[in-house]
Amino acid sequence: MMSVQVSNKEESSVMKNDGFSDLQLVHHFRGVLVAVATGDRENYDELVGYLHPKKNIGPDEVAILVTTLKALSGSVSYIDSVHHESLLFAVSRMSLWNYGTEVMDALVELIVSLAASNGKYVDWCLEMLVKHFVPPFYLVNSLKHESRIDRKNEVLSRVHAALKEIAELVPLAPLRLSPIVIQKMPSAFSDEHEIVIYVENMLKLESGAIGESVGSTMLPAVVDRLLELDVEIGWDGILQEDARGIFDMELEDIIKFADEDENCDSTPQSEFLNKKQDNLVVEKLDSLIVLAFLHLESCQSSGRLVKVFNILLPSFRKTVLNAYKSKFTQFVMFYACALDPEGCGVKFGMTLTEIFGSDVNPPITRMSAVAYLASYLARAKFLPAALVTTIIQSLVDHCYAYCKICDSNMNPRAHQVFYSGCQAIMYILCFRMRSLMDIPRLKLQLLNMPMEAIWKHKLSPLKVCLPTVVVEFLRQAKAAQLFMASESFVFNDVLESDLSKAFGGMDRLDMFFPFDPCLLKKSESYIRPHFVRWSKVRTTYDDEEEEDIDEVSDSGSEVSDDDFVDRNTKDMIDEDMIVTVEDLDFNADLNKMSITPKNSLKHGLMRMPARIRPSTSPESL
Amino acid sequence: MEGLKVSKLNLTIYIHPSKSNQVSQAVLRELSSMLFTYSEIADGVVLAYDINSLDTCAKILPGVFPYVGVKLKVNFLLFSPKPNTLLEGKVVKITQEFIHVVVLGFSAAVIAEKDIREEFVCKMKKGQEVYASRSNKRHVIKVGTMIRFSVKSFDEEILHVYGSLIPDHTGSIYWLDKNLEVVSRTGRSEKKRRIEPERIILEQDTVDGELSNLDISQKRTNSKKQKHRQES
Repeated sequence: MMSVQVSNKEESSVMKNDGFSDLQLVHHFRGVLVAVATGDRENYDELVGYLHPKKNIGPDEVAILVTTLKALSGSVSYIDSVHHESLLFAVSRMSLWNYGTEVMDALVELIVSLAASNGKYVDWCLEMLVKHFVPPFYLVNSLKHESRIDRKNEVLSRVHAALKEIAELVPLAPLRLSPIVIQKMPSAFSDEHEIVIYVENMLKLESGAIGESVGSTMLPAVVDRLLELDVEIGWDGILQEDARGIFDMELEDIIKFADEDENCDSTPQSEFLNKKQDNLVVEKLDSLIVLAFLHLESCQSSGRLVKVFNILLPSFRKTVLNAYKSKFTQFVMFYACALDPEGCGVKFGMTLTEIFGSDVNPPITRMSAVAYLASYLARAKFLPAALVTTIIQSLVDHCYAYCKICDSNMNPRAHQVFYSGCQAIMYILCFRMRSLMDIPRLKLQLLNMPMEAIWKHKLSPLKVCLPTVVVEFLRQAKAAQLFMASESFVFNDVLESDLSKAFGGMDRLDMFFPFDPCLLKKSESYIRPHFVRWSKVRTTYDDEEEEDIDEVSDSGSEVSDDDFVDRNTKDMIDEDMIVTVEDLDFNADLNKMSITPKNSLKHGLMRMPARIRPSTSPESL
Repeated sequence: MEGLKVSKLNLTIYIHPSKSNQVSQAVLRELSSMLFTYSEIADGVVLAYDINSLDTCAKILPGVFPYVGVKLKVNFLLFSPKPNTLLEGKVVKITQEFIHVVVLGFSAAVIAEKDIREEFVCKMKKGQEVYASRSNKRHVIKVGTMIRFSVKSFDEEILHVYGSLIPDHTGSIYWLDKNLEVVSRTGRSEKKRRIEPERIILEQDTVDGELSNLDISQKRTNSKKQKHRQES
């Protein structure tokens, strides 16, 4: 057995152990521990004294500490939670982050031995290890430097190895670990680095050796925390706004508005503070979503993506789907789908369709699901056209069946699920009609759908759904000759957004498009390659009206930001259908990377819902 | 192995009203939540369940939440180790102080040094600690060995078993199954007698009763230890 020699010669009864083997030392320690029960605490108190954290410990003290910890690991069966409370307390105050590798190893060994020796200590030890996920506050900032990365790895690799070892010795320990990890998770208001490093550890646990048993709780917990941050960033103010006002915008205004943001002196102090806080939350959320993306990537390369997705999906269904207009968290699902279009991508679409179609779900869940579905099918570049058609078919079938049994007149509140279904069909087709029409088989399928009957039904979905979507849809439908009697669909004067407001309810689900361009700078760069932007969508009327521009895009050259503006001044309608409802509440800094629309109702022309493009990255269009 | 039993129980499971449209699923979920936990009603750790019959009538409990009480008959496979039952498990770690065992792949068990009969001594072999019998050289307990041990106590909350290797019919299963019948009673007692003097010497050396089962390496450093004790 390896022997640890203690070099100092100080006259103490506990450490007077020069030349003794480890075993003798262990026996001596056992004696000291047993003596406490009989009232002899002198040696014991001295022993506890060695464990108390000190600043700047020298090599001698390190040696004593290592010896003490090793000897204690050999005497764990003699440690009593009642008699040796002060000893356990002293150990619990020790932090791996403060010591060198020798002490770390000895301390980890002690923790593992304690956990395995007695059921009583399992929770205590797990908590102790979880506590190390985050470095002490005075180290948090220094860890940002490259030079300290080693330090971080030294500590965390030991912590995870210890957790694994405990799981091997006490197979049910992971079940107790999950609630501890979730309970100790830093709150949404904690420091960014703190929460990021903690989530890193959670994801490491998920992909590690004990991921099998803790994985099912780690990812949902991370998603929940993302959502918590997400809802911190407000959508407020939007409810009071008139929908038409929000969607109308001029591109010149965008630029002006962006300029204004740079020097927003007019912002009142309190509001400014609020916005600054918001900005911190945004950054935190961005970093965490990127972590989640990277984790999904690593899952994909290790072939676990489907398994992880199967954990994420129920968690999405339970929390994100029912959250009040989640803004960014859903992109985790989007990215997982993008990584595996055939598996996860299809499954996500099918699950949403199923939630919408099932009567047992509450209306608000069904409306939310179809809003996600519409936005997902419209925006996901990776989905095959056949799948999109299949889902449109099932939506149309559902709405048609509803029309057949429903004989009442237009009533936005009463038939809100139906209207949201109709709007979803139109929204998807706005993005996809051209590509579907290009494939003869799918074109035939689309033409055979009983869509006309739905639009002409007494429930008049075209009057109720969001005017911008309806106008764009009708325009494209006309160009594609989707309907025989397209002349009968002239609604320009009757479009009334108040009706859409009514079916959308308090939550304004009528204008909830969850997968609108992601506003988070870092996350957006991951999403971009898989994302369809409205400016890149080829509509059915493109050929007729914009031949010049088509030539440009056909030749493969990227349409730049300037081109975009030019085109829009030429053709005021429908260039950007980046339909986002969010607005106004974003802070100044966030606005810099995104152009918030300005309400300008001066022009009578109806535009597709338009807004926010990351202006810092022109090619992102 | 002992400690496993099947019990038939009549249960009433209370289901939240929100789950009333999918009762059988909710019942299964409730039963699954009992898995790997100690159930006082069943007096054991639930390892598996099998629903025998499900009453088609459910009672709605009056009160603030109208929970639905569903009656059912269930067969439970239970793990309920009682003191002195014999368990079998795989050794996962050996230290001076403990033999760590995992029983049935889920329950942790420890056998403390003082609960290991004196026949076994802890040795270092190829850098690994093993417990080897002094009377039978082939009777060795090392990491990976399946052992049979008796239960001292059982922590129901964390499902931790405190075991003992004191009884004669405990130890490595492989060795016990092969040799227990072959080794004659007399043969063993002879060997025991041969060991006896050595053990007495050891006991004389140690003042503390708990240190009586020291290993051989300990004996070699006896002189040093005596000196140490005098100093303290």
